[in-house]
Parts: sequence; C-alpha cells; structure tokens
Amino acid sequence: MEPSEQKAVRGVGHSVRRVEDDRFIVGRGNYLDDVKLPRMLHMAIVRSPLAHATIESIDISEAMALEGVVAVVTGKDLEAHKLAWMPTLSGDTQAVLATDKVRFQGQEVAAVIAESPYVAADAAELVEIEYEPLDIFVDPYKALENTETIIRSDKEGQADNVAYEWEAGDKAKTDQLFAEADHVVKLHTHYPRSHPAPLETCGCVADVNGATGKATIYLTSQAPHAHRTLFALVAGLPEQNIRVISPDVGGGFGNKVPIYPGYVVATAASLLLDAPVKWVESRSENLMSTGFARDYHMDGELALTSDGTITAMRCHITSDHGAFFADAQPTKFRAGLVHICTGSYDMQAAHITAKGAYTNKAPGGVAYRCSFRVTEASYIIERLVQNAAYELGMSPVEIRRKNFIKKEQFPYTSCTGFIYDSGDYDASLDKALEMLGYDEIMAERDAARAEGRLMGVGIATFTEVVGAGNSKEYDIAGLKMFDSAELRVHPTGKAILKLGVQTQGQGHETTFAQIVANELGIPPEDIAVGHGDTDNTPYGLGTYASRSTPTGGAATAVIARKLRDKAKKIAAHLLEASEGDLEWDSNKFVVKGTDKSVSIQDCAFAAYTNPPDGEEPGLEGVHYYDPPNMTYPFGAYAVVVEVDPETGEWEVKRMVAVDDCGVRINPMVVDGQIHGGLTEGYAMASMQYIHYDDDGNCVGGNFIDYLIPTAVETPKFELGETVTPSPHHPIGAKGVGESATVGSPAAYVNAVLDALQPLGVKNLEMPVTSGRVWEAIQAAKAAAE
Amino acid sequence: MYPPRFDYVAPTSLEEALDALAEHGDEGKIIAGGQSLIPMLKLRFASPETLIDINRLPGMDGVSEEGGTLRFGALCRHNQLGAHPLMTSKYHVVAEAGTLIADPLVRNMGSLGGSLCHADPQADWGSVMIALKATIVCQKKGATREFGAAEFMEGIFTTKLADDEIVTEIRCDAANGGFGSSYLKMERKVGDFATCGTAIALTLKDGTIASAGVGLTAMGAKNLHAEDAEKVLVGQAPSAELFAEAAEAAVAIADVREDSRGTPEYKKNVLRTFMKRGLAKAALRAQA
Amino acid sequence: MEVTITVNGRTHTKSVEPRMLLVHFLREELGLTGTHIGCDSSHCGACTVLVDGTPLKSCTYLAVMANGRSVETVEGLKQGGKLHVIQEEFKEQHGLQCGYCTPGMMLVGKALLEENPNPTDDEVRFAISGNICRCTGYMNIVKSIQAAGKRMQAESADAAE
Repeated sequence: MEPSEQKAVRGVGHSVRRVEDDRFIVGRGNYLDDVKLPRMLHMAIVRSPLAHATIESIDISEAMALEGVVAVVTGKDLEAHKLAWMPTLSGDTQAVLATDKVRFQGQEVAAVIAESPYVAADAAELVEIEYEPLDIFVDPYKALENTETIIRSDKEGQADNVAYEWEAGDKAKTDQLFAEADHVVKLHTHYPRSHPAPLETCGCVADVNGATGKATIYLTSQAPHAHRTLFALVAGLPEQNIRVISPDVGGGFGNKVPIYPGYVVATAASLLLDAPVKWVESRSENLMSTGFARDYHMDGELALTSDGTITAMRCHITSDHGAFFADAQPTKFRAGLVHICTGSYDMQAAHITAKGAYTNKAPGGVAYRCSFRVTEASYIIERLVQNAAYELGMSPVEIRRKNFIKKEQFPYTSCTGFIYDSGDYDASLDKALEMLGYDEIMAERDAARAEGRLMGVGIATFTEVVGAGNSKEYDIAGLKMFDSAELRVHPTGKAILKLGVQTQGQGHETTFAQIVANELGIPPEDIAVGHGDTDNTPYGLGTYASRSTPTGGAATAVIARKLRDKAKKIAAHLLEASEGDLEWDSNKFVVKGTDKSVSIQDCAFAAYTNPPDGEEPGLEGVHYYDPPNMTYPFGAYAVVVEVDPETGEWEVKRMVAVDDCGVRINPMVVDGQIHGGLTEGYAMASMQYIHYDDDGNCVGGNFIDYLIPTAVETPKFELGETVTPSPHHPIGAKGVGESATVGSPAAYVNAVLDALQPLGVKNLEMPVTSGRVWEAIQAAKAAAE
Repeated sequence: MYPPRFDYVAPTSLEEALDALAEHGDEGKIIAGGQSLIPMLKLRFASPETLIDINRLPGMDGVSEEGGTLRFGALCRHNQLGAHPLMTSKYHVVAEAGTLIADPLVRNMGSLGGSLCHADPQADWGSVMIALKATIVCQKKGATREFGAAEFMEGIFTTKLADDEIVTEIRCDAANGGFGSSYLKMERKVGDFATCGTAIALTLKDGTIASAGVGLTAMGAKNLHAEDAEKVLVGQAPSAELFAEAAEAAVAIADVREDSRGTPEYKKNVLRTFMKRGLAKAALRAQA
Repeated sequence: MEVTITVNGRTHTKSVEPRMLLVHFLREELGLTGTHIGCDSSHCGACTVLVDGTPLKSCTYLAVMANGRSVETVEGLKQGGKLHVIQEEFKEQHGLQCGYCTPGMMLVGKALLEENPNPTDDEVRFAISGNICRCTGYMNIVKSIQAAGKRMQAESADAAE
C-alpha cells in the first residue's frame, strides 16, 4: 500500500468550489420533506383563528370519523403526559397545544395524524373548536400598562404583561454626561417585526421505535445537539436513545433555532402510535407561528459636545415578545447583546434598559441573521449618529471619523463591557468612500438637489459581536456556548471531519475542510465533513449568531494542529531525525537544511502501519473549543438612492459594502454570505415586515403580504474588503454570515433620509415604503408652510 | 397546503365544455390557467364539486386583427400577450399589462379570460379591456351573450358570467392611425398585486383626442371605468393641463382604503401621478 | 383518475386523485424530490418545472392537467452522465448556498437561454423574478446564468465549425 499522491493544498484564502453543490445541482439534496419512511403518517395542526380567547370545547368526532385519520391529539391528551407545555430557550414556558386559552392567532390547538397529508388537511377542517373571545393586546405599550387582562395567566404570580426588565451600563455616569452635554440627539424608532422565512419551512419526521425505544428525529435544526438535550429534558426520553438528524437545511437565518410545538406533538404521536410521523409547516404556519424577529421599540439618545464628540448614549427598549418569551439567546442577556449599541464609537458611558412585553402575537423573537439583537443595536446607533451629524451641521463621514475607536485602542473595552478584539474602522470607511467615489457622488447629489431631484447618500459603519461564547458568559438554556470538532485521518491520508455546528447553506463541508487543509496539508477534496447527526458528531451548540467559524472553525484548526503535532513525532520516526530538526511546509515535514521530507499522507499511513515505539497508533482526535472572547467583525456601507418625489418610490443606485471579517477562509463563500445579508437588509429597510390589526390578525402571514424582494428589486452590490485578523482566533477569522444584515438597514434608511434632508424630513420608519416616504414629504412640506 | 377533493373533466372541444357546464351548473367550476383558482383551492376558499379544465380546448388562444376587429381568445396567456409583436408595436397597453401581471412563471400559465372572470379588483386585464372598450363574449349551450368590459365586471370577484357560461373571446375595434396606449402599475415588488394601475387608450385625429378609454386598477371594488376622465379628454388637444384635469376626474371616482400599501391620500396621489404619466405616454405614442 | 405523464423522458402511468398537485406527483409518486415546495401561494418558484418546455410552478398546477404532457425537472438536466452547462456554472459561479431554490432557478435559466442566449443582467433578473432566493442576493445566480449562456454559445459555435 502506498499513500495517495501529493495534490495542491488549497487551504485558507482559496475560493474552493463547494463540494455540497454536487448534490444540490442535480436535485439530490436531502431536505426534511424528502425524508420518507415506511409506515410514515402525516400530521396537520389545527390553529386558532383568534388572537386571545378561552377554549370552551373541542369536538374531534367528525375528524376522527374521516377515512384515513389515525388520531386527533388535543392539549388535554398531552397534559396527561405532562407535555402540554414546554420550556422556551429563554427560560419561559410555551404551550405545545393550548389547554386553557389561545394567546395568538395561529396558535396550535389540536393535531390530526392521518395516512396522507391530503387527508390530514381534510380532517383538520373538521375539528370543531368553540372559543370565547378575550380582550386583545397588540400594542406592547398598552399591554405593559394593563393589569386587568393577564395574557400569561398560566404563570404563577404573573400580575401584569411584563416578560422581563433588564439593564446594562452605568446609569449615574451616563446621566451626568447627559446633564453636561452641549447637545442631545434623540430618536424614537421601531425596528419592526420581521421573520427569517427561510425558503424551506420548518418540519420534522419523528420516528420513535416501539421495539427499541430509539427515537430518531429528523429535524430542520440549526442546533441538533442542543435540540436532542432539550428533547431529553422535555419528553423525558433517555438521551442516548435520541438521535437528532438535521438533514440538508434550506436556509435557517435563526428560524430553525427554537423548538416548536409541532416537533413535540409529532414525537409524542410517534411514540403513542409506534409509527413515524411527518410534520411540515405550510408557509403561513411558518410566518404566523414560528420564531419572528426584532419588534424592538427604541428610544435612543446621544450626548455630544459642541465639536461633535459623543460622550454618552442612552437607549430604552420596549420589546414585544408576543405570547411567549421565546427568544433564543444567552440566559444572562435578557434583551440580547443590544448593549453593543455604542457601536464603533469611543464614548465614556452608556445606559441601556429594556422592558419585555407579552402581547397577543406569535412568540419569539429569534436572532434573524444576527447575533442576539445586534441588528437592532447597530440600527439605533447608526441612525442616531447620522441625525447628530445633521443637527450639528457636520458631515456624516466627519462625525464618524471623529468618534471612531482608533486602530491603536484595540483591544478596546467598551463602556458596556465588551472587549472588542480588533478593528480598523477608518480603513474600512476610507475604502468604502474610495470605491464609491465619495466626493464625486456628493457633487452629483448636490447638483441633483439643485435641479430639485431627491438624491441621497447614506452611510453606516457597524461593529458586530459574534461567535458566542466564551462559556463563562454565554449559554443557551444552560448549555455552555463552546463548540467542537473531531478529525480522523485515515491510513491513505484522507480524512473525516465531524462538527458540532450545522450548515444551512454556509458551505461548511467545503470551508471547514479548507481549515484542515490549511493546518494539516490534506487537500479539501480529500476531507469529508460530517455534521447534523447527533449520533455521529461531537457535541456542539449549533450554527447561528455567526458562531460557526469563531467556535467550530477554531475547534477544527486546533484539532488539526494537535494531529499535526502527533504527525511530527511520526515524521521524526520516519526520517530518523529529531523533532527539533523538522520544519512544517504546508503539507510535509522537512529536515531543516535538506531536501529530505515526509508528507502528511506518509505520516498518516505510518500512524496505522508503522507507529513509533511508545506512540499510540492512529491519527485522530476531538477538540472542544471555548473561545476566550467573541469576535468583532465590522465594516462600512454606503448607499446612493434617488427618490421619486411624486410617488415616494426610491431606488438604490449604488450599494458599496466593505466588510472586515478578519482572515477570509473562502473569499467566494464570504462574498456570497455578504450578498445575501445585504439583500435581507434591503428587504427589511424597504418592504419586509409583519404587523397585526387591532383584532390581532396577522398581516404578513403569507408571501402575498410578507414581501420578499426578487432579483428585480434587489440592488446590485459592489463589495470591498479590509482584513484585520482576530488576535485570539486560531486562524484570525471572525464570523461573517450576518454582518451585512446587521449593518445595511441603517445605510439604506440613512440614504433615503439624506435624500429628503433638504425638505426637513427627520425620521422614517422601516420598512421605508413609498407610501411612508410620500407622507413624510407631504408632512414636511406642510410644516414648512 | 392541499386542495379539497373534486372531480375533474377535461373536455377537448368547446361543445363538450358547454355540455359539461350545462351538466354541472353551479357545482362546476372552469379552470383555465388556474393561477388564482389553485391557490384558492389550497387555501380552501373554494370547493367546487367538479373542475372543468378548458386548457385542452383548441383555438382558444388565438390573437387576430382582421376586418377592423382585434380578437383575443380567452386562453391567451399573459406572457403570450406581453410578448406579442402586434401588442409591443401597436397595443402597448396590452403588452405592458401582459408583462406586469404577477411574475414570469405565473404569466406563462395565467390566462386573459381566466383573469377577467376572476374579477379581482387589483388585477390588471379588466382595466385594459375597459380602456380598449372591449366586448366580452360569453357562450353557453345554444346561446351567446356579449358585455362591455366595464359592464361585465360587477364587483369583487363577481361578473355577469353565468354558471353555465364560458368566456370564449374578448374583442375590440382595431386601432387605425393615431392610436396610443399605456399601462402603468405600481407594485411593491414583482408578483405583488397593484397598489394602483392605469390603463389608457387614446386616438388622436387632427391634433385632438377623438376617443379615450381609461380603466383603473385597485381603485375600488372592481376595475373602474373612468368615464368622467374620458369626457374631459375627448375633443381636446393633448396637454399637461388637460391630463391633470383628467387625472382629477379619475381621482374623484377612486374609492380606496388604508392598508399596508398606503393611505387613501397616498393611493389617490399615485393614481393622479400615473394618470398624468400614462396619458402623456399614450399621447406620445399616438403622435408617433 | 389515470394519467400518463412523461417526466425527464420516461413515461409514467399512474392513478391519482384529481386534486393532486403536480409537485406532489413528482415528489411523492415518482420520488423526484429535487422539486421543492416553499410557499403554497404561488410566490416563490421553488417548485418550478418545465411543462412542454415552459417554466411553470408545479404547486399551482394539477397532475391531471399534465396528462399527456412532457415535464422536465432538475433531475432531467444531467444527460448521459454529463452535467448541463447551467449546473456546472451554478457551482462554478457560487450561484447557490442552501440549494433549495436552485432547481427552479436553473430550469428558469435554461428556458431563458433557449430564447435569449446572451441575456443582460437585467434580462436575467426579470426572467428569474418569479423565483425567490433567500441566501444569495441573486448576484451570483445572475452570473451563473450569464456564464452558462456564454459557454453554450461558445460550444455551439465550436460544434458548427
């Protein structure tokens, strides 16, 4: 036997084409709905049409009588097994199937299990439920004031509709700085309720084998290990008997982090019926009942000196969580990491308070393509800074430069307690302005204004905090936020890498192989990457919050290095040299000053065929990586728009995005992530939101009302980069999947506001619809008269 | 989502189709392109006993301009009309609407007749046919009825079409010289229903507007016929002032509500703007 | 009701309920799961297939309507063991991420290139505007389709020589 031939290593920095594409382009992906098991039954959920009502009666007889119906499950049935309620990821509880009352439109009330999905849908219509309506609260401010109607009457001691209160920062110092300020800038704005809406909805196939007791649960999951543990805790199943398989996932964006009632009901039904049960949401079910995002009402204030120096920031948040506080975020941070809201600016103090409200809306909210509320934080500071520039008569560029944390200040401890690992904010802004041709664009804008056209230039310079944990501070439902990688190098020099994180389109099967290639010299095509199967991967917290590269990627680099260390011992044995005389050269050990070398493949072969005396055979290992800190990606975005003054429509003329995510593992994949994020940022800025009428009816419960931009509306992006490595990440990388969603909404909104600046328009709420723009123009004109 | 149970027949001649309609009466439902009906079935907003699929009827998708008459078969697909050389060169109002309805995939299947019979006030073809002063031909076993487009549409999702009838053809006078038309539509994204749409057809003779047709989309409970606006236009020479006056006449009949597309004031403003722009565009084409 | 439908060149005769959607016929009856479901309301295009060469949403089309017709799905793109150029270019240009919209995008792209072998950026965007992608921001999808068009032209020019 001979080890395999040498090939190009193509590690970090190469735009390696994605190995996962091979199955997707031929239609051979294996998404949840593609899973088909023998004897499989189908589940449909019966949902409440009302937003708040007691359940008077449920009659399942007609549904049960339909041919092909196997069972109809209600909350009472689950109650008997103590499964009517389940914990959320933020320490609250959530009804699985409603027993007492319904608390939002679309809430799960009963489930039909039938032989085909068509029959399940037929039977769902036949379940008769009588409701008695209750007062409805869709406005979080009104819900918080009210103590008559308690939405969460199920919670002992709950005498109001307050979900939580939370604060961060230094109130006294902040108050003092505001008292001393020359100028205070204020902004009240709402980051509207949005929904990640991955193109594949959520679903599961629960297969509890009555003979073996083994529960195999196929799940659209961004966090299969965490979900397995929660299943063990909620359903009382022994954890070794639970196998969660997250197959190919058609996009997640945070939507597939929580556990949803449908999963629990399907699993319970499978257990009771001893048959696999499939449940796949419709799009309406997805939008109306699973993890929404945002819905933060924010009052932000900046204290400034007369020269434009920001001294302090205040932010109060009223957050609307719907009927159940079902955020997925670290226990310690009730409002998420929104206290990163001081952004890229060096200020002395900040004080952030948050009050969470229960309302009669769908529960949430998840971090939609963002790290725990960083999107809201970035939005408020970038809007405030632009307003400050206008109020002080400075340019939005000048005020940012003046207040940026400087390159030499890193690592920088922010006044709310974050330690920013690295940054060079001036460099990224310089680059963006250069790409844009800022001076020319501003001249063009001014010329347009002189003609009466409404052209605007908007800037946003963001700082994110991603890659949770460290485990001291960050956990999900008590599970510490580390992550893991297991690497096995086979005798022929090929390898298998198994991950605790889970890809949903990010390309881990390619990029994580590149990390191994970088550290161990095995080409990516010789490395199979496994993920998403709890029986066959080491424990991890999953993929969200841009954490895969900072945690799982770091674990991968570290385990590869550990194996390289072992390989070095083997190399020394093969070369009959001392370890100290060996040098690593991308994929081989060379005896210093000679041309004698052995490749990593030679070492792998020897690990199984000729290990050194006293050395454990084999070449494999697992590493659990607990990051010392988060990573802090940043960037500068600039948007040019023109507004039609007659209709209020606005069009993006240019969109320049400079991102710094440290070292780029696969530049092609990074650019793809940024394109996607910029699009979702544009969607939120322009059209995509969910709202409720006074009766609690969801507007935005399908793709007719919940608007997703097509290729026609989506701007054409111009990307640039700077590279400031993370000092603590093994390969200097930071997370990037969410930067563009976090940073870009403010850039778009600031651009439209800049266009309307000559008219005196001070604020626009997202989504910045043409109607809202036109109304703002009319109001400004009326005010000027 | 899954449609409810129904029976299905697929006649291969108009005669068979009319027989099927006569047999099934109000329990039968014609499916043409199905791009509105199938989603409604999936939502279970509709539950017909029998679907009568007319997609296999021969000769129902023709377009012809002969003997002073422009004829459209009811099964003309939106994309077919949007790309039709006669439309893109002469009847711009048809070509423009045909490329703005829904999205490219829906347009490949959705049909002119189906859309008219569905009578969604936010749909586009009704306004176009009002502007063209088209006649809608409804046939049943042994009888034919004809309606003007404005008359055909009665209200939200309701038309003159009887349960046993089928729309076979839509026709209008062919344009001679001096004809110009336009369709403008505000949609929030591709695939959205209209916030506002204006269908305009003008014929100019010796520098004055000899005839005018104006249909409005999403401005009321059905596609509206802006007769007052037409009256303002006819007999006058095109001018910005005239178009502004016609726009006001159109705005006067708009009956709109606030929703996520905007306030009534906003929607009326869009109508005003589009009327002016659409008229200017149509007049320019008429003068070309 | 019995239907006979040719899918990717193979003729299948099956008994189906009239209410069965074409997408379910393909996925459940034939096991061709490359055609996806994303929205229910005919707004996302994940279920796009070609019926007699025309791209349609198979979630808004009954299986019985396809009786006697010819359907092409993503599984039919690869011919004789060779990937279609559009498949190769989606990989080469990073035109996909999660892969869920990809089958529909490629089929629409293929149909577009047959009519317009050298489309502009805006022409591609217009053609794919019935298909939603949540991952890529469309930038590289447009590039993939354009690149496929260029290669197909070059290949047919070579063949003509």
